[in-house]
Parts: sequence; C-alpha cells; structure tokens
Amino acid sequence: MSASGVKQVPDTETQIRIAPDGQSIVKDDIKWVMNPYDEFGVEEALRIKEKFGGEVTIVSLGPKRVTESIRTALAMGADKGVLINDPSAEDSDALATARALAAVIKDMEYDLIFTGQRGVDDDMGLVGASVAEILGIPQLSVITKVEVSEDGTSVKVERPVEGQTLTIESPLPALITAQKGLNEPRYASLPGIMKAKKKPLEEKTLADLGLDASQFGKEARKLKVLELTPPPQRQAGKIIDGETPEEKAAELARVLHEEAKVI
Amino acid sequence: MNVNQRRLGGGMFLFVDDVNFEDVFTPEDFSSEHKDIASAVEEFINGEIASRSEEIEELNNALSRKLMQKAGELGILGIDIPEKYGGMQLDKISSAIASEKFGFGAGSFTITELNHTGIGTLPVALFGTEEQKRKYLPGLSSGKLIGAFGLTEPEAGSDALNPLTTATLSEDGKYYVLNGNKQFITNAGFADVIFTYAKVEGKLFTAFIVEQNWEGVSVDEEEDKMGMHGTSTRAYHFDNVKVPVENVLGEVGKGHIVALNALNMGRFKVGSVCIGSAKRAFFEAIKYAKQRRQFGRPICEFGLIKEKISEMAVRIYAAESMMYRTAGLIESRLQGVDMGSDESGIRTAEALEEYLIECSINKVYGSETEDYVVDEELQVFGGYGYIRGNHPELAYRNARINRIWEGTNEINRLVVVNTLGRRAAKGIIDVDRAQRKGLERLEVFKPEETDIPGRLDAQESLLGAAKDVFSLVFGLAYRRYGRALRREQEIIGMLADIMIEIYAMESTLLRAKKLMSGKRPEKAYLPVQMTKILFYESIEKVGFLARSILETMQGEMSARKYIPLVRHVLVSPNLNIVSLRREVAGGMIQSGRYLI
Ligand SMILES: Cc1cc2nc3c(=O)[nH]c(=O)nc-3n(C[C@H](O)[C@H](O)[C@H](O)COP(=O)(O)OP(=O)(O)OC[C@H]3O[C@@H](n4cnc5c(N)ncnc54)[C@H](O)[C@@H]3O)c2cc1C
Repeated sequence: MSASGVKQVPDTETQIRIAPDGQSIVKDDIKWVMNPYDEFGVEEALRIKEKFGGEVTIVSLGPKRVTESIRTALAMGADKGVLINDPSAEDSDALATARALAAVIKDMEYDLIFTGQRGVDDDMGLVGASVAEILGIPQLSVITKVEVSEDGTSVKVERPVEGQTLTIESPLPALITAQKGLNEPRYASLPGIMKAKKKPLEEKTLADLGLDASQFGKEARKLKVLELTPPPQRQAGKIIDGETPEEKAAELARVLHEEAKVI
Repeated sequence: MNVNQRRLGGGMFLFVDDVNFEDVFTPEDFSSEHKDIASAVEEFINGEIASRSEEIEELNNALSRKLMQKAGELGILGIDIPEKYGGMQLDKISSAIASEKFGFGAGSFTITELNHTGIGTLPVALFGTEEQKRKYLPGLSSGKLIGAFGLTEPEAGSDALNPLTTATLSEDGKYYVLNGNKQFITNAGFADVIFTYAKVEGKLFTAFIVEQNWEGVSVDEEEDKMGMHGTSTRAYHFDNVKVPVENVLGEVGKGHIVALNALNMGRFKVGSVCIGSAKRAFFEAIKYAKQRRQFGRPICEFGLIKEKISEMAVRIYAAESMMYRTAGLIESRLQGVDMGSDESGIRTAEALEEYLIECSINKVYGSETEDYVVDEELQVFGGYGYIRGNHPELAYRNARINRIWEGTNEINRLVVVNTLGRRAAKGIIDVDRAQRKGLERLEVFKPEETDIPGRLDAQESLLGAAKDVFSLVFGLAYRRYGRALRREQEIIGMLADIMIEIYAMESTLLRAKKLMSGKRPEKAYLPVQMTKILFYESIEKVGFLARSILETMQGEMSARKYIPLVRHVLVSPNLNIVSLRREVAGGMIQSGRYLI
C-alpha cells in the first residue's frame, strides 16, 4: 500500500503575473499541471505496486481544479484519490498542508508515502518532511533510487550528494521525497483516462478529518509571504552615435568608463 | 451543448436564421474527459515527438514506425475505432482535439499520424465487413499495422474516380488481378495495408484492401518534397497483384462511397490539424515580436505588427469555432447510435455525408487560415523567418500541402456548392421559397448605423441579411443555369466563398454570445471584439462577391437590378476598427499565445 501526495502547480511554460496585492500570482487562465517532482513519486509508487501488489492512493489539498491532477495520476494507474477541498484551507502554509495530508493518511494502512522533494512553484520543500514528522515515520529525502526488500519490510534508497551517492536503508513505513532521475514517469494513456473516470475520488473538508479550521488558511500561516517581485527587466541596449569610426570608438570608451563604469 | 438541442441539418445554417447559441458546440463545452485527452496527447507529443523534431524532419521511417507504435499503445491511434476492435470509441470532438494537438506540436509527424488514423484506417472502419474489421482494425488501432490510402494516380489527381488501375476477376472467381500505379501515397515507405481503388470491367470503380507485402506490390523511391520532410511519400506499382475477393471493400462499383466518405472525415481532421499548427505559428510570432527590438522598442508595439497579430487571432478564432461546431453537429447526428454495433461504421459515414458541406468548409478555411498565419509569422520574423532553423521557415513549407491534398481547395469549393445544388434538386432545400423570403426581407431591411460596445446586435442582424443575400443569388444562379451551373466555376467559387464567410460569421457570433451568457461573461470580451472585426471584413466580402455574381448573370435573366439592394443592405455599422484590432492584439500579446 502506498500513498502519494500531489500538488498542482502552474505549468512551467505559463507566464506568471503578480497579483495587485504583491504577495500572490494571478490565478486566472493559468495552465495547471501536476508538480513534476510529485509525478516521479506517483510513478515510483505505481512501479512498486506492479511488483508487490497493493494499492496507490493519491492525496491532495487544494481547490476543485486539483481533481484534474488527481485524475491524471489515476489515469497513470493509481487506484483512488482523496482531495481535501475546504475554502478555509486556501493559502495554507506547508505545515498546515502537511497536517491535512497526514490526517488523511494516518487512518489508511500504508507502507510507503511519496511526495516530490519540493514544489516547482514556491520551492519550499517542507511538506514531505512535515508529514513524516507528524506521522512519526522515517523520512528519506531527495531520492533517486528506491528498492523495496523482497519481504517488503524495509527499503534501500539512494541520494546523490556532491557527485557521490549516499545509500540509506530504512524500515517501513517510511516517507520518500522524489528527486529528478528517480524514474521516467509514464504517460497517461487514453484507456487509462477512461478507466480513471470510474475510480473513486473522494472529497473531504477539514471538519470531515476532525481538523480545526482556525489552524489553516492565510491567517494561520507561520510563514508569511511579504512580497513577490518579478525578475528585473532587461535594460534596453544603447546605440553609440558618431560620424566616424574614431568618434564612435571614443564615445564607446566614454560610455564604458563613465556610465557603465567597467573600464 | 445538450442532447435535447435542436440539430441543424447539413448545410441548413445558410437558410435557418434563428440558430441558438445553446444549439452549437464550442470549445467552452469541453468535458473533463476532453481536457484529459487533450493533455494526454500533448504530453505524449512533448515527450516523444517535439523532443526529437530534428531527427523526425529528416525522414526516418524506422523511427516513425516506433513512434506510431507508442502512440498506439497509449490509445491515440484508436480514437475513432470501436472498442470491440481494440479502439477507444471516442467522439468526434476528441478526434478533433487530438488532431489539433498534433498540428500544434508534432511537425511533419502530424501527417504520418493523421494519414494513418484518417484515410489510412477509416475505409475499413466505416465500410469493412465484420471479418475485415476483425482482421485489420486491431492492428491499425494499436500501431502494429500502418495504413495507407492509395487513390491518386499520375493521370487521376483531382479526377480521382477515373483511375487507370484495373481489377480483373480471375476465372475461378476467387481473386481480382490488380494492375496500375498510384502516385504520392503518404506512409507508403513503411505501410502494411493499402486502401486502394481500381476499375472492374473498365467501369466499376471499386475499393480494395491490399497488403503491401503481397507479390506484385512495389514502391518507388521517396519523393523529394518542399516540406513535410518527415513523412514518407512514394508511388505504388501494382503488377498482377492477386487480391482475394474477400478483400473487396464495400460493394463492387461502389468504391466512390468508400473513398469520398473516408475523405470527408479526412477533411475534418485536416481542418483540425491546420488550426493546431496555426496556433503554434501564432505563439511563435508573438514570442518573437515581444523580444525583437527595433528603433528601441519591441516590434510588438508597432501598429502594423499588432494589426497582423489581431488578424491572425481573428482567423484562428473563426476556424476553431467552425471546427468544433461541426464536430458537435456530427456528434449529435450520432446520438442514439450504438457505437459498439456493427452498423456504427455506416451510421458514422451517413453523419459525415450529411455534414459534407461543413467538413469541406473546415478543410478550406482551416488550411487557408494556416497558410495566412504562417505567412504572417514569417513576416513578423523578418529576414530571420527566411532562415532555416527558425520556426517560420519550416512551418511555411509544411503548411502549403494542406491546400492541396484531401481534395484541393478548388475541388472542395466545388463540392460545397454542388452538394447544395444536389440537395436543392432533391427538394431537401426549397430554393424558390428561400429566394422569395430572402428578397422580401431584404427589401425592408435597414442595417444598424452604429455599433454598440459589448453587444452584437448589429452583427446579428447583418448575418441575417447576408443569409438572405445568399438565398437570393444562389436562387437566381440556380434558376438561370440549372444543371449547367456546374460549368460556371467562377460563380460556384464565389458562392462557396459566401457560404464559407457565413459559416465563419455565424460560428464566431454564436460562440461569443455563449460566452457572454456564461458564468464568466468577462471571458467574452476578446471574442466579442474578434467577432466584430471578422464581421467588418466578411460582410464587405459577401457584398462584393454577391455583386460580382449578379453582374455576371446578364442577358435575358439579368440580375443587375438587385445590385443596389445588396449594396444598401450589407453595410457595417460605424466602428473604430483600428482600436478594436489594438485591443485584440494587446490581449493576445499579454497572454503570449492564442487564448480566449
Ligand atoms: C506530399 C503529398 C502526399 C499525398 N498523399 C496522398 C495519399 O496518401 N493518398 C492519395 O491518394 N493521394 C495523396 N496525394 C495526392 C493529392 O491528393 C493530389 O495531389 C491532389 O488530390 C491533387 O491532384 P494532382 O496533384 O493530380 O493535381 P491536379 O488534379 O492535376 O490539379 C492541378 C490544379 O488544377 C485544379 N483542378 C483540377 N481539377 C479541377 C476542376 N475540375 N476544376 C477546377 N480546378 C481543377 C486543382 O485544384 C489544382 O489547382 C498526396 C500529394 C502530396 C503532394
């Protein structure tokens, strides 16, 4: 049995615009996709299921649109999905998100939990670790290889460290955060999409999970986003004027010295 | 779109003037399943095709075959095939979505896929016996077998129903002996199954299923083409090929039914591919225009560049609205048909036949939109667009074929009008009544003088007038020439263009109205502006074409007297076209792609 946490993030091709509040992005018309690191996690969970049997459950926190990403995972071959969809959880920080995910997972029978090593949107990298902490299980982070023992009681994993490889062993259950290189995720197939339509996808509120809504949402954030700034605009080039090559060279030298201050 | 909608018969958009936006399908109606299919196809293309584009554009039949098998494993090749034969049995909307995604991202592999799933599979999917379907469809839908469509001959191009290839029944009656040559056949370099055509007893045009490895079948060298270098195009030679009688497809003498219906669906798919590739060219043009600076500014800030961007967007918007409207029509015609049953092929062919006019319109409008857009994309790139390695150079060459194959655009224009003429002769359309009614209404019609921002009333009433003008000129021409209208090709061409403009105007108008009444009416903003721009030009075009037709019909049944009337009714309301165009361009530049 394994659970896989997925997050929906803007497609990396999307043009991101900062909202008027200066702290968030404009969410209209964004193309949302499953966080690529989560996709490695889902793929690994599916491979383990194919080898050992069992079930893969996808767990996610977010608004209704996140069902698209859950459906993608179901189309890849996962068995069921749970979406925690509660308006009070909007804009929760990583710790609150982890609490919600852990609340779903704790009541399941599980051997392995996968998350991405970080989300490509805010690059926090905290949810996986926090879920492991809340559930009190070992956490194996930034992993590129997973080998479950034949008897299914332990797991051996690899983490790249500065050109070396660190091999770690841990008893199960454990939580693994997936790094690029772990595998090549499969494509969702059209038959997979049709089958996914019939797979269970449950929606839960915080109350359903016995959670206190006041610990969630923007107000309860321990980490507050102060400001989002776009990358600096590229400066326009400057055209050097001059009648003769000599004049142009002199002007160039002056500009480099006085304005750009590089010579 | 709901099931209880009023479904308009084929070609009837020209004569019915109160079409409701709820009765047309638009991309806003995509189901979650449609969206999932779109992203699955897109993922496959990005991961397997786009990443190998250089290799693909060099023509590598072994690679094409491998990629086709991968597409087959994911179910992509089986979209139009019944589940019973290993397919996905999805709707025509999914089919259009997939073709569009290929057009957007798959370069010339698009044609390898399109040709296989379209005319390279449909003949047997639509008309095969159960036996034939069982034998070929599972392989074709999984990509284990590759299909080719061998219709064209050196001496029979547009005149495809007049081939020189012969089929002679053997004395024991067990097989036909095929002799002849087929020219320019896509995928011939690595196909397994060929749907081909020959005359039996010198007159009976008949379809056959031929296997490429049979004795007597040979292929020529690859053609050295202008574009689509990644597709295989070769000639076939049939030299005493023995085709078992079980491999006659459809009935002897009824090969035209097989060929023309497969082409109908092929045209529908070509239209979708063209829209996808136009969207890609548009995306590349905007990206470049934002980053290229001249005179100290990004070129996208110049009015003449914005004008191009707006016009490209308007045409894509129109082509897309027409395409999915047509897909919805075909789909609703198929409501209630058990797509798993053995008659589903014939039923699908009937639905395609009913919407023959719409399919041809989509092929013409789609391919001409694509050509327009890649041409302007190249212009936006300036000299860099002419240089190999930059997107426009490839897109421009690849696009050009779409106006030629699956019926040249001239042939498709003839099809559009001749089909209407045939339906008139059968009494399906009452030409006299339509003409009379049209004239009565035109005589009292007063075009709106001013355009109201955010509303489309002026456009809606002009659309009615354009339809009435069409009824008038078509009625006059039909009466003046009768069956001989077929010989007046220039008039047919102009009538076809009026029909196409009307379908474009109505499809954009209905879509904009649907958006206006939707959950997020602010989403209608650009579509409304684009609809106005389209009408501004199309109404002029319709008027010009109608007057040219009337000028032409001189002599004893002179029609010149209607010219002032047409001039009087087809007048656009006052509006600031430049500011409309700037707004549309601005919106598109901000989103960085075609997005509404
Ligand atoms: C790369 C490539 C791939 C192809 N793949 C396939 C394939 O897989 N299977 C297949 O069967 N064919 C295929 N074709 C053939 C294609 O469908 C034909 O080229 C097309 O139908 C036109 O025939 P043609 O080239 O003989 O032109 P022609 O018929 O000679 O036409 C020449 C010109 O005359 C015009 N014309 C012809 N007849 C009339 C008329 N009655 N009235 C007015 N104008 C007319 C045409 O519109 C055109 O402008 C392919 C062609 C190419 C180039």
